Parts: sequence; structure tokens; C-alpha cells
Amino acid sequence: MSEGQLLLEIRDLEVSFDGFKANSEVNLDVLEGELRFLIGPNGAGKTTLIDAITGLVKPSKGTITFDTRDLLQRREFEIVRLGVGRTFQKANVFEELTVVENLDLAASFRLTLPRLFRRRRSVLPEVMETLDIVGLPAYADRPAGVLSHGQKQWLEIGMLLVQNPMLLLLDEPVAGMSKSERTKTGELLQFIAQTKTLMVIEHDMDFVRRFSKKVTVLCEGRILCEGPIEEVQANPMVQEVYLGRAHDRRSQEEVTA
Amino acid sequence: MTSISLPKILGGGLTPWKRRAIFLAVGFVLVVVMPASLSGFRLALLGKYLCFAIIAIGIDLAWGYGGMLTIGQGLFFGLGGYSMGMFLKLQEAGPGNLPDFMVWSGVETLPGLWKPFASPVFALAGAVLIPMVVAAALGALIFRRRVRGAYFAILTQALTLAFAILLVGQQGITGGTNGLTNVTTFVGYDLNDPVNQRSLYVLIAVCLGLVYLLGRQIVQSRYGRVLMAVRDREDRVRFLGYNPTTIKIIAFSISAGMAGLAGALFVPIVGIISPAMVGIVPSIEMVIWVALGGRGTLIGAVIGAVLVNYAKTTLSEAYPSGWLYFQGLLFVVVMAFAPRGIAGLWRMYNERFRSKKAVPSSEQMHQQPAEVTT
Repeated sequence: MSEGQLLLEIRDLEVSFDGFKANSEVNLDVLEGELRFLIGPNGAGKTTLIDAITGLVKPSKGTITFDTRDLLQRREFEIVRLGVGRTFQKANVFEELTVVENLDLAASFRLTLPRLFRRRRSVLPEVMETLDIVGLPAYADRPAGVLSHGQKQWLEIGMLLVQNPMLLLLDEPVAGMSKSERTKTGELLQFIAQTKTLMVIEHDMDFVRRFSKKVTVLCEGRILCEGPIEEVQANPMVQEVYLGRAHDRRSQEEVTA
Repeated sequence: MTSISLPKILGGGLTPWKRRAIFLAVGFVLVVVMPASLSGFRLALLGKYLCFAIIAIGIDLAWGYGGMLTIGQGLFFGLGGYSMGMFLKLQEAGPGNLPDFMVWSGVETLPGLWKPFASPVFALAGAVLIPMVVAAALGALIFRRRVRGAYFAILTQALTLAFAILLVGQQGITGGTNGLTNVTTFVGYDLNDPVNQRSLYVLIAVCLGLVYLLGRQIVQSRYGRVLMAVRDREDRVRFLGYNPTTIKIIAFSISAGMAGLAGALFVPIVGIISPAMVGIVPSIEMVIWVALGGRGTLIGAVIGAVLVNYAKTTLSEAYPSGWLYFQGLLFVVVMAFAPRGIAGLWRMYNERFRSKKAVPSSEQMHQQPAEVTT
């Protein structure tokens, strides 16, 4: 899908927790059809930004407009119903339900109550289709609990897709994945981006380099810069606050671990 | 709380036909065999247990499947029971006359609260709908504020206590501590007549069957899946685009309606409804039935209600003061050794049995170590 209309517009957003500003002065535009990556060191406010868009936290200032509608006044499930879906850092599938049941649960959210009270007698066509897209047909009737970590993330993405949202917000979808799983996920994201708009939080610079077109860098709650990954990487500010620190942080983590 | 696994329905290995056959067989025993073989007194007792089983199915829906531990089901049972009781007392007194207890307490005109209950339609529908509406209103207030777990349980208990106190306090309207007693007719039929007693019992058994089927339809439907998902991970379900408040209100309201129906059936078969039957202690007992029978399986709830109450009657006859201790002991033992209740024992047995079936092939091959599949 070619990039077009303005889909998500964030203006002067501020989120504070007891005085600590997790986000401030955030201005962000996401166009229809984009595959946007959101990067930044730990604590930069990336997840908080997604939390604010999806109604999990209430901003103290600013506006979030999605498809001409104000999101701030709406509750979480209402935002989902407008067409904004998200995943979480930790896969949150229902492990006791089968893969198909998980997808069906996600797919049924628009059913009216009388239809919701009927039994599921067959597998919906969109569930079958999604099963193929995320590469889990072999696990259709297995409990989601038996899936590997990577497969659970794919199921999560599938549960999003089957709801047919306009905007997908993914929070570190490849964290903890093996190299081949990462590649597969990247290809999946690119496939999804053909018809949907995505915003992906990612830490793995290698992954971002391979699959991103446009990157937004957050640091200490603010947007540092925005642009193609090459430009962003060449930006000395980014090198200092993100790439440099990310390296330090990694070695720090190794020390503490 | 979140570690409870979504329950497979009891006897998950049973084919639909076997399941139907069992349902019909149990129905046959309850509707045909029992009335033919039990004395009127015993049959009325069984009818009472079946009323309790209806409450238990409701509690199981709310608690076992929806994660809402309601220790206030006596409130809804009482609303249903008093609705029916008021109607029957008015009918018994005849048009223009006051029910007996009002005469004794010196009430001279029928209180306004009683007036609509002279209508059979209002009273019978109200017995189910009033508890449902009350539960839905409570749910809207409670669930929207995301009150959960122990806080929800305490809230329901407090409401039940308030209800019981109100009943006791309003002697002239409610019959006070005594409640509504001496119910001797049911929609015009004399309840002292054994034939009518038997018909009433059959009506209760049929109602239980219908409630069970309704409950099964609910838990097997997509709604049932969403309800269990809300129980296990409410926040996640919110991000699937469902409103957990609505999902929970529906289950809580249906569960209240079932308790109300049970109350309405309880009054004619037992002949009395009093604050002591709707207060905190009975409300806790109701939850114990479901816990002992096995929450998360409807049949477990039914078995729990019937067995516990049967044991209560039998033991109370033998050792009048021993029941409470026994019930406490039973509860502790079951929770310690079979946390999923009686239905859970059946499932454990089933799982063992199945894995044993799988073993022989490996036993024949002595070289291979037997695989443990538990």
C-alpha cells in the first residue's frame, strides 16, 4: 500500500507518572500504509507512547487523533473497535485455548450478543487465512501453551490481524527470538505492511536496519529525530544518546547478569 | 488466580451421544424413578436439593467460569423466594384480605410493595427478572470500577447482610425473622395433596434440566470463551475489543436470575422463606456446594449441591449438632486433596485411565522405559 492520508496524529503529548514525565512534547504523524519503527534506549518512553495511544495510560496534556477521531476520551476496547490494535512485550495468548480458539476469540469481537451466544461450529475463513499468514496451520488445534516463544508472538500478531485493524502497534515483537525467527517476523511485518499501517517498537538495530523505512527515535520521553534509518544512524545526537548508550547498557547488563 | 486453567468440560472424552444419553438417563431417574419410589417427605427434600442445584449452576457460571466469587447469592435467592412467597400468601388470603402474619402484626392495609405481587405474571416473572435487574445494576456499578476478587466477594456479602437485616427489620411487610411461612397452595393447587407435591417436584426437576442446558449453551458458546478469558486475563480481553464490564454483568445477571428462579421454586416445595435462608451463612454454604462439587464444571456444581445437602439432611438426622463441623472438615479435606472438587476427581481418574490405556503397548516392549504421561 502506498503511503497516503494522515492516520495517526499526536500533538504535544505529555504523560507523567507522579511528576515524572515519561513522554513530553511528543509530536508524531503516521501516514496510512507506513511501516514505522520506534527506537530509543530503555526508558525512552516508547511503550508509554503506545500505552497512551491505546488508552492504557491517560496523558496529562496533548491530543491523539486517529482517523479524525479523538482517542483520549475513549476506553481501551473502544479504541480497539476504532481499528487500533496492539501487542505487548510479553506474549499474552490464552495458553489453554487452542491456536484456532485464540484466533476465533479475537475475531469474534464484533459479533452482536445474540451471535456471541452461539457455539462455534466451524473455523471462520478469516481465521484460516490468518493461520496461513502467521505460519501456524500445523498447530491449529494444539493448545497455544505448547507454542515456542516466537510462535506465540506470531499468534499474537495473528490475533491482531484477524481483527482487521487499520493501525497495528507492536511492542518489541522480535525480543527473545532466534535469528531465523527474526527474519521470518520481519518478512511477516513487511507482508502486513502491504495492506496495513504498522508502528513497531524495536531494540534490535540489526532488525531495524533490515526492515525499516522510516524510524522515529525517542529519548527521555521526547522525540529526538525522525527519518530513514541511514539518516538517523548518521545523526550524531542519536549516536551519542542511543547507539552509544545502548552499547554501554548492554555491557552493563552483562555485568549485572 | 490467573493460574487456574480453563476447564475442559467434565468427561471431555465423552461423545455428544453418550453425553445426551447420560443427560436423558439422569432426567429419567429424577423425573420418573424418584417420584415413584420416594415418600412425599423425601421427594420434597430432593426437590429442595434440586432448587439448590439451580443456584449452584448460577454460582458456577459467575465464579467458576467468570471468576466473580459471589458470596451474596442469598440476596438473589431471597428476592426470587420472597417474590413468589408474597404472591402465594396473597393468593391464599384471597382478594381484599391480608396475609396472616400482617393481621398478627396489626397491619391494616396492604403495603404498596405487595400490591404488584398479586398479579401472577408480575410475581413469576419478577422472581427471575428482579434479581437479574438488581444484579445488572450492581454489576454496572461494581465492574465498571474494576472491583475484583476479594473486594467483590466482600461487597456481595455485605449486600446480602443488609438485605437480611432489612427483612428482619420490616416485620409488617416481610414477616420479620419468621419470614413468609405456611405456604400451602401453589397457583391454586393444594400443596398438602401428594399428587400436587409430586407435580411440583417434577416441575423443579424440569427447571433444573433447562437451567443446566442453558448453562451449557452459555459456557460452550463464544460468549463462554470470552467469559473465561475475562476470568483469566481481563486486561488482555479489553485489548481484544471486548468490554469486560458487559461480559461480566451478563454472567452475573444470569447467575442471579437462576438463584431467583430457585427461590421461586423453593418456596412452594419447602413452604417457607425466611431471612435465615437468605443471609450470609446460607450464601457461603452455596459457594461451598460449588467448591466441593467442582467449579468450572456445571455438572460438578449440581452434584455438589445435591450431595452436600443430602449429607446435611442425613447427618443432621443422626447427629443433630455435628453437621457444621462435618461441613467444615469436608471443605478443608476437599480443598486440600481435591481442589477441583468431586468433578475434578472424576477428571483425574479419567486422565489416569487414559494414560494407562496408552501404556500397554510400551509395556510389551520391555526394552523401552515406560513413558510417564501425566
